[in-house]
Order: sequence, then C-alpha cells, then structure tokens
Amino acid sequence: MEKLKIVIVGHVDHGKSSLIGRLLYDTKSISEDKLTEVKANCKSGHLDFAYFLDHLQEEREQKITIESTQTFFKTLKREYVIIDAPGHVEFVRNMITGASKADTAVLIVDVEEGCQEQTRRHAFILSMLGFHNIILLINKMDVVDYQQERFEETVKECVQFLGRTRINVLHCIPISAIFGDNVAFASQTMTWYKGKTLLQALDQLTLGEKDKKELCYPVQDVYYVNDQRMAVGMIESGVMKVGDEVMIMPDMHKASIRTIEKYKESLTEAHTKESVGITTDTPVYLEKGNILIHTDSRLLPEKKYKANVFWIAKDPLTIETKLQLQCVTQSTLCKVTSIFNKINTSTLEAITNDDECIRSLEMCEVEIQTKKQLVMCSVEEIESLGRFVLICNNNICGYGIIS
Amino acid sequence: MDEIKALEDESIYLIREAYNKFKNIAMLWSIGKDSTTMLWLVRKAFFGKIPFPVIHIDTGYKFKEIYEFRDRYAKEWDLDLIVYKNQEALDLGICPEKGRFECCNQLKTMALKKVIMEKKLEAVLLGIRRDEHGIRAKERVFSVRDEDFEWNYKEQSPEIWKQYRTGIQEKEHIRVHPILGWTELDIWKYIKRENIPITDLYFAKENKRYRSIGCETCCSSLDSEADTVEKIIQELETTNISERSGRVQDKESDYMMQKLRSLGYM
Repeated sequence: MEKLKIVIVGHVDHGKSSLIGRLLYDTKSISEDKLTEVKANCKSGHLDFAYFLDHLQEEREQKITIESTQTFFKTLKREYVIIDAPGHVEFVRNMITGASKADTAVLIVDVEEGCQEQTRRHAFILSMLGFHNIILLINKMDVVDYQQERFEETVKECVQFLGRTRINVLHCIPISAIFGDNVAFASQTMTWYKGKTLLQALDQLTLGEKDKKELCYPVQDVYYVNDQRMAVGMIESGVMKVGDEVMIMPDMHKASIRTIEKYKESLTEAHTKESVGITTDTPVYLEKGNILIHTDSRLLPEKKYKANVFWIAKDPLTIETKLQLQCVTQSTLCKVTSIFNKINTSTLEAITNDDECIRSLEMCEVEIQTKKQLVMCSVEEIESLGRFVLICNNNICGYGIIS
Repeated sequence: MDEIKALEDESIYLIREAYNKFKNIAMLWSIGKDSTTMLWLVRKAFFGKIPFPVIHIDTGYKFKEIYEFRDRYAKEWDLDLIVYKNQEALDLGICPEKGRFECCNQLKTMALKKVIMEKKLEAVLLGIRRDEHGIRAKERVFSVRDEDFEWNYKEQSPEIWKQYRTGIQEKEHIRVHPILGWTELDIWKYIKRENIPITDLYFAKENKRYRSIGCETCCSSLDSEADTVEKIIQELETTNISERSGRVQDKESDYMMQKLRSLGYM
C-alpha cells in the first residue's frame, strides 16, 4: 500500500513537534541509539519530544522549528510520512513546501490560546493547496485539567473560523501530546471523549481514488535514443495507450502514439504518475513545455487567465511587472494586469485601500497575461494544469490556483 | 501503484529535470547501496547511456571491496568515471587519527569543492536520504550551495507542485537529491526488485555485516546473520538500531554532522 503523507500545521508553540515526537515514541519508531542520544541531551530529566525533529542547533536552543522535516513511522495498517511544518511566520514558505507534498493535514490548536494568527494562515493555505478534509487536534488538555467544556469552547471557535474556508473537519480530538492522551492510546482521564484517537483516525483515512481524469502528458525533455527522437515526461493525469490520437499543445498539431518506452521495456499503456518516453508516428517537433492531450479534449491554448495568487516574496508584486510563470513543464514570461479582492491571510479580512500591488503573505484574485500561449484550466478539471508558480530571479515568489 | 514503483518514477522525473536545467552536471558515486541505486535510476532515466560524468571522491581510506566493485561496474556500465582525491591533504598527512572532523572535511568536502571548481559543475546529483540523519531530513530536492559551499538552510527556496530551482548565480552550485524521500527499506526492496549488484560488504560474513559504508577507518560492522537481500529486508523490518549507528562522523558530538554539512559535506 502507498505511504500516507501527513502534514501537521498550527501556530507556533501549539505543540507540533511534541506531537510528532510522541507519535514516533508511541509507535516505537525511534531507534535505541537515538533515544539514548536524546536522553543524554535532555537536561530536565523528562523526554523532550521536540528534540527528535528539531535537529538544527538553533532549533534546539530556541525551541522552534525552522525547516520542515520529514520522518517516518508505521502502524499495523500502513506506513506514514509525517511532515512537520514550522509555525513562525518567517518560515511560511517552508510550511508551504511541506504541506504541498502531503495527502492529508492535521491542524493542532492550543486549548488555552485557541485560533491564533498562524492557525488562521495555515488553515487558509491548506484550503488553497486543496485540502478539504482535515483532522483538528485540541492540544494541552492537561493544562486545563482535561475539562470537556474548555475543549468544546475551543472547537467551537475553530469550526466557526474554518467555516469561512473550504475546509471540512473530519475529527476533533482532545489530546495531550506531552502525556500521550488520545494520540496513539485512548486517554485514561478524558473518559467523556468517545471518539477516535489520532492514530485510529489516520488509519481509517482512505486516499481518494486517483481521478479518472483526462490525459495530460507534459513533455519534460527530448532525447535521442537509438537514433530517434523520444519525448520524456511524467503523465500528470489519465491514461495513454499506444495508438492514441493526441493533440500537441499549444500548437494543436495532431499525432498518434507509436511507442511508449522505459529502459529495456516497451509498454502498451502508461498511467498517471509514470515517467515514460514516447515516440509518435508522424515526425512532429516536440519540445519541453508541450502538453499532449487526447484529441477529444476541450482544452484550448490561451494567453489570459484569472487566478488566485498567494504572494510570499518580501518585495511586493506590482501591476505590469514582468515575471516568469511555470505550470508543469510550461514556462513563459507574464505580467499581472489587474488585482481584485485582496485578503489579509491571517484575519481573512478584505484589504480595500490598495490595488496596485500584492504584498508579502497577501492573497488576491488577479488577471494574468502570458507572453506565450499556455494550456491551463481549473484545478477541478485537471489538477496540475490549475496550479502554477511565479518566479523572479530563480526563486518562487508566489503560487497561483485557477478555480 | 505500488510504493516502490512510484518512487522510481518520481526519482527518474527528478533526474531528468536536473539534466534538463543544468547541462554541466555530474553525479557522485560512493559505491554504497544508495548511490549505486541512484546510478541504476540514472541509467534507466537515460535509457542506458549516462550523458554526464560519474565522480568517485576517493579518500584513500575506502574498503578494498569498494575499489574492486567500482572498477568492475564502471567498465560494465560504460561509465565516464572520474576518480578524485584531495592528494594535497593526503600528502600533509590528514587522517582520522589526527581528527575526524578535519579528515571528513578535507578528504570529502574539500575534494568535492575542487572537482566542482575544476569541472565548472553547475549541479551534482547526490544519493542522500532524509531518513538517514536528522540534518538530511531538512534538505530540499534541489538545494543551493554558495561559492563558499555553505548551505543556507534558513533561506531555502520553496518546492511545490514539482517546481524546483530553475537557475543559479555565478559560482553557486546545486545539489540535486533524487532519492531524498526513499527509506533504507525502500532501497533494499528496490535492489531486490531490480536485482541491482551491490558490494559484498553489506552481506553478513561470520555474523557481521556493514549497514552503512564509507571509509574503512570510520565504519564499524554490526551483529547480523543477514547474508542475502531478502534477509536484510527482514532484518530491517524488525530492527530498532539506526542505520548510521556505525558511522563515527554522526556521533562524535551532537552537532558534528550539522557543522560538516554547513561547510558543504554531503
């Protein structure tokens, strides 16, 4: 079975790293020599769970997570990869990098502090990245004497806020990461809670059936193999078969698939997420950035798109500035021609006074004009053609979603 | 899709992406199980003929089995092999007994630095994995090093939706890590599936085997009866000892690996 990738997000100090340490400890995923090393480095006597993950010296000294970390554990049901995302606002791009790779998300909230700035921003980013179902953990229940009322108050506050995003909460679980209540084992103290532990909730999740969407094969490169030109790339969605009639976008030339190849392997068909080489029957010119789709597709090349953009660079993006847009293997210069509905991502309040630029950590709707024709569509139609990044000086500065 | 196949397809994608973006590229081959697995993936990505050099950073202290294995497969797989030694440091008598930190730094990091400068490499492929060491868990797939080889882990570019670093400034280089997300167990399962040749050091002889290999001077073997790939897989599914427990550079002090890596160590 495929590994399930979980991202754990939340406000700084609400207990992400401690929770992960607890998960690793309770599932016996920490090796004996590592445990000895951690014990030797813990001055206070009790185990510092965050220490398992925060490996950088500054992280341990300041007790914060800077860079997202991936660790592994397994249950009887399956293997897991946990992505620990930093809570501090300065490291929001690390959080996005972590979260974009996950299959499911866990939002952790301190029962006393409730929804804070990063709780809101992370929830908003999760929503934008396409997480519609999450697990909500109310942590530090030990601090409030495991009172049911305190749990319910905080849940109410969170659910109210999450109602303004597209996120749906699958489970609300009261936990104590430090003492292990309701993480891997049911709490002995919170007998009023009848729901699942975190591990039970995770084990029960099913990965959505890989969508039977239409074919999207972006050309990644072209090689000469045995004196013939072969395009290579990974199928982003759908199925490609030998003999299929395809359209080469954005030029809309037609061809049919002659061979599908891997090293020393000839395939009759290839599926989503497979990296394959292909040759066509007619000698069409292929290059990086071409998108192969089936001839019955309704996709058309365009130069103007409407999208939601989340800006993370320090310097603002101003209207009419040229920058690079990349969507799968497509790349072109572009500019934002108009900006509307700007939102502050931590309060979710509208920003009305300024529509000439997008500042760091703001989100808005934009109209984008590209220099070359591209093939993009809404994420609902083809996920990978509905997501793009904006690049300046070799660095990703913003994310875009077409919906 | 099964997990191992999914990992293979993803790694091949990353290798092709690296080659597409950086023509002046090479891969590092330490002859260990990870970089030999990566080499296998690179051969598959390019349909058998690797279009760039394969570099072995030779400290001079490697196991003799490593040299034999290297020479045999460099020939069999028709590799453009470059063996690189920091001879100046060796001539100065750098060795583990005089300080392990300096030895690793001079014979591995400085040797790599020299070869990158001499060959004017923009990118190198490396077979490190996140689950090997906490510091490596913080890595990106496309990770920039500045001209002093420093890794600025606080300012790493985001990587999202298969979009990676597209270019570098002058004198910088990129470390590309195509098997970053594989676990030790994934590696052995793939070795079994593909029947990849691996040096004998990993297989138990007289109830001892190496789980991670490097220089003979700084590796210790562990008690094991696993003398086949199948038995190694079985052993890993039940063990509670970490992979690099026999590697001295991880242990000397808690932050030795971070210090080594911030200076450019792999």
